[in-house]
Amino acid sequence: MAERSNSEEVKLLGMWASPFSRRIEIALTLKGVSYEFLEQDITNKSSLLLQLNPVHKMIPVLVHNGKPISESLVILEYIDETWRDNPILPQDPYERTMARFWSKFVDEQIYVTAMKVVGKTGKERDAVVEATRDLLMFLEKELVGKDFLGGKSLGFVDIVATLVAFWLMRTEEIVGVKVVPVEKFPEIHRWVKNLLGNDVIKKCIPPEDEHLKYIRARMEKLNIKSA
Amino acid sequence: MANEVILLDFWPSMFGMRTRIALREKGVEFEYREEDLRNKSPLLLQMNPIHKKIPVLIHNGKPVNESIIQVQYIDEVWSHKNPILPSDPYLRAQARFWADFIDKKLYDAQRKVWATKGEEQEAGKKDFIEILKTLESELGDKPYFSGDDFGYVDIALIGFYTWFPAYEKFANFSIESEVPKLIAWVKKCLQRESVAKSLPDPEKVTEFVSELRKKFVPE
Repeated sequence: MAERSNSEEVKLLGMWASPFSRRIEIALTLKGVSYEFLEQDITNKSSLLLQLNPVHKMIPVLVHNGKPISESLVILEYIDETWRDNPILPQDPYERTMARFWSKFVDEQIYVTAMKVVGKTGKERDAVVEATRDLLMFLEKELVGKDFLGGKSLGFVDIVATLVAFWLMRTEEIVGVKVVPVEKFPEIHRWVKNLLGNDVIKKCIPPEDEHLKYIRARMEKLNIKSA
Repeated sequence: MANEVILLDFWPSMFGMRTRIALREKGVEFEYREEDLRNKSPLLLQMNPIHKKIPVLIHNGKPVNESIIQVQYIDEVWSHKNPILPSDPYLRAQARFWADFIDKKLYDAQRKVWATKGEEQEAGKKDFIEILKTLESELGDKPYFSGDDFGYVDIALIGFYTWFPAYEKFANFSIESEVPKLIAWVKKCLQRESVAKSLPDPEKVTEFVSELRKKFVPE
């Protein structure tokens, strides 16, 4: 992949274990865009981060030629509109609309619901697992007959839904609660295998061992019992 | 191709108002269908099986869900007139950012203003005012959020105005005294035909909210 002009400055303020940060790296890498990654300590935010994202104070922030863009889905669209090689959103307006819908669904429904499992036990936890599974079933059905959510190749929703494939599913591994059992979600498991066959995904998702350690430490801090 | 456009909506919804405005900005003829949210139609359940919420835009039989996504769809499909998003990628990103901010911050904050009481309401009011001030600051001295032209963020935000009198009534404050520039922007937007035709009478919204509030705050 050709390198961009040297006059272009692309910086990403992110965090190595954040799904929202990693998805930006996937998109940039897919597009062959060189960038400088600035790891942020989210417990001690840098003055640069607070300056670049004064509203939400959250990573990721993409800085392109000095201009900051925040919110991972907004950043992904910006990347797709700015660097047009290897488009990640469909060209057709209706298909593009559906990609936006499913991406919002992943972040605002699946993620928000799954996160509620933190601190819960017994029947309360079971209820969250059930609610999460109900939502995942929509994704399961969307995958029927496709290698990727983007169709035959990696697309916008695949990049966004790495959150499910590598964060949600790794977290369940640590917590010991089956949220995505293969017998209920065979399409999702097939899709994860396809993702793992993609070079950009393999390069950009957090290394499994380190990530599992990080999740375990975080869960212990949150007093979640490990299996 | 016959352009069949149906909008499943509920008259006081600030989200439905967005889609109404966007369609009118583009001069698109559409059939408005009022939904009874306590007795949702089979069409709504079929067209939005995940969220079961309005507004649903149905274009030639195909559903588009989520108001802010609908606005983008309308902008892309009927791209010949009154562009809603700027053409520059950075400005587009900024517009998307602020629309997202409104959806994530303003909606939840406003709910605490009319659906709670006591200390919770006071805290909610404070948050709400802070968010409006952030938006007012972003507007600055521009006539509209993206600059000279009415657009995406204006469409995302203006419908909330119809609920302002209800907030003021139940939380006992004046929004105009807190964010005068924002109210000046409201008045400018209301002069637009697409907006004027799409927004309900704030008094009727206040009546609606009064009834709604009884469910949340028993007297």
